[in-house]
Amino acid sequence: MIEILSYGAFFLTMALTYAVIALGLNLQWGQTGLFNVGIAGFVAVGAYVSAILTTPFSDGRLGGFDLPIVVGWIGGGLGAGFLCLLLGALTLRLRSDYLAIATFGAAVVIQLALLNLEALTGGPFGISFIPRPFADLSDRANLFAFANLAVMVVLVLACYAALQHLVRSPWGRVLRALREDETAARALGKNPVSYRLQAFAIGGCVMGLGGAAQGHFIGFIAPENYLPTLTFQVWAMLIIGGSGNMRGAVLGAVLVWAIWALSGSVVSSVFPADQQARAASLQIVLIGVSLCAVLLLRPRGILGEAGTLRRQPKATSTPSEGQNTHD
Amino acid sequence: MTAHREGPVLAARGLSRSFQGIQAVGDMSLSLGRGELLGLIGPNGAGKTTMFNMLAGSLAPDSGRIEVMGQDVTGEGAERRLSRGLGRTFQIPRPFPQMTVLENVLCGAQDQSGEKVMSAFFRPAQSRKDEARATEKARHLIDFLLLSHLIEQPASVLSGGQRKLLELARILMADPKVVLLDEPAAGVNPTLLEQIMERVVELNARGVSILLIEHNMEMITRLCSRVVVMALGRELAQGAPADVIRDPAVVRAYLGDAA
Repeated sequence: MIEILSYGAFFLTMALTYAVIALGLNLQWGQTGLFNVGIAGFVAVGAYVSAILTTPFSDGRLGGFDLPIVVGWIGGGLGAGFLCLLLGALTLRLRSDYLAIATFGAAVVIQLALLNLEALTGGPFGISFIPRPFADLSDRANLFAFANLAVMVVLVLACYAALQHLVRSPWGRVLRALREDETAARALGKNPVSYRLQAFAIGGCVMGLGGAAQGHFIGFIAPENYLPTLTFQVWAMLIIGGSGNMRGAVLGAVLVWAIWALSGSVVSSVFPADQQARAASLQIVLIGVSLCAVLLLRPRGILGEAGTLRRQPKATSTPSEGQNTHD
Repeated sequence: MTAHREGPVLAARGLSRSFQGIQAVGDMSLSLGRGELLGLIGPNGAGKTTMFNMLAGSLAPDSGRIEVMGQDVTGEGAERRLSRGLGRTFQIPRPFPQMTVLENVLCGAQDQSGEKVMSAFFRPAQSRKDEARATEKARHLIDFLLLSHLIEQPASVLSGGQRKLLELARILMADPKVVLLDEPAAGVNPTLLEQIMERVVELNARGVSILLIEHNMEMITRLCSRVVVMALGRELAQGAPADVIRDPAVVRAYLGDAA
């Protein structure tokens, strides 16, 4: 029984690291309409910056500053946010489909850089011995699992509260205005490029934070963790949960990670060892099928856009008396 | 700053703009005095909208110079105009359809600390104070523009004329010194049009200078003491509305040589 609970805690911890990443994407896409297809790259930057800051000194590569985990996480978030700021300053004037191409390209470049900058990133072997939170509890597996889960719950709640506060602030209202009618918002003195850049950078910062946390729970990172599959997973999480809704982003992350983890264990128990690598693609297929199912049944995702479309026009409402005959 | 006290609040000198070699506006000058309510008319294709868009900053002129309150704003984008004191409405109104009337109007507030991401985060008290003050002001303006009963409704339920009122409320949040109105009468029923005209007159009486582009000659005649007529991208005539509409050149421009 306690093993199941412990596994549940481990599972939820991982799912919540994705929830943080999905929250970052929700600010970029759900609230601002920025089509970021380079999530894996920003997550990777967060994870690597944090790993380099916190791992013990190692002979083979630069870095290994042995700093506290909190410093690593903040550094990871800031690193990814700064990268988004730079990339955004260059590309946010582009139309949305070009932004997608630019971010995708950036993610590929980042992944290749991680693979080849051996002196900094450890190359294909990645970075290991990333310190785990509560490492001194690691001989008591259950307590360790729950302590880690608690850290992640706090992190998700903090990100959720901060983003929700931003989205509901006048700042968030400007984002909505820009999304609904950019020309009108400009005429009201709102600078579209500046607001998009801010949202892109803050979203990237949150993604980097999620990546950093993830690296510390796994304890080991390598470039192959940050392939476009990761981007696809996070997008599926946001769309299934409900784009535009912060709670939807968290729910989607848990659901999609559940599908991924369960199908992974089914694959490894059903298929013979020599077929497992190929059978693992079924996991992606399954996420794709769930995505289609949700889009067919609930086109706005499970939790819709409730946070943004607060007041839907009622069919019965009478806008005004006598004046509303559309002239 | 005292230098422009008596000068025009909005001045355009020698504005030109071409689209693919076809000149829409050529060497057009215009000046709006403090407290003036100036009409800009002309037949379709005269270049009024191009002129308007250049003044509003959404279209860059090929040449010429635009000044708002004596400051050169020629190279500035549309998002800088309102903080310069110049607000505009759109010919086809552009409310934020999924926001309520109140939220729409709040978007017009300038220098809101809650709109800056750092203040929204780290100075919540200041943001709340600004927001409360803006909300108070927005309610007054919504009242002034006859939309109180719709304040919590999404803007998508508003009629065409109400949307024009909403746009006016939105820019008035910024206390503009100059307002550009793009065909406020177009597609508005007569009852609402009366009310829009009353509001325009009242605004003007409060000292807001207004440039009115309009096809509705009755509205121009009633509201404006001076009117500029454009044709083929240039100024054709200007003067009191009653004189201008009798000007043979103006009549020809509207009706063709048959007249």
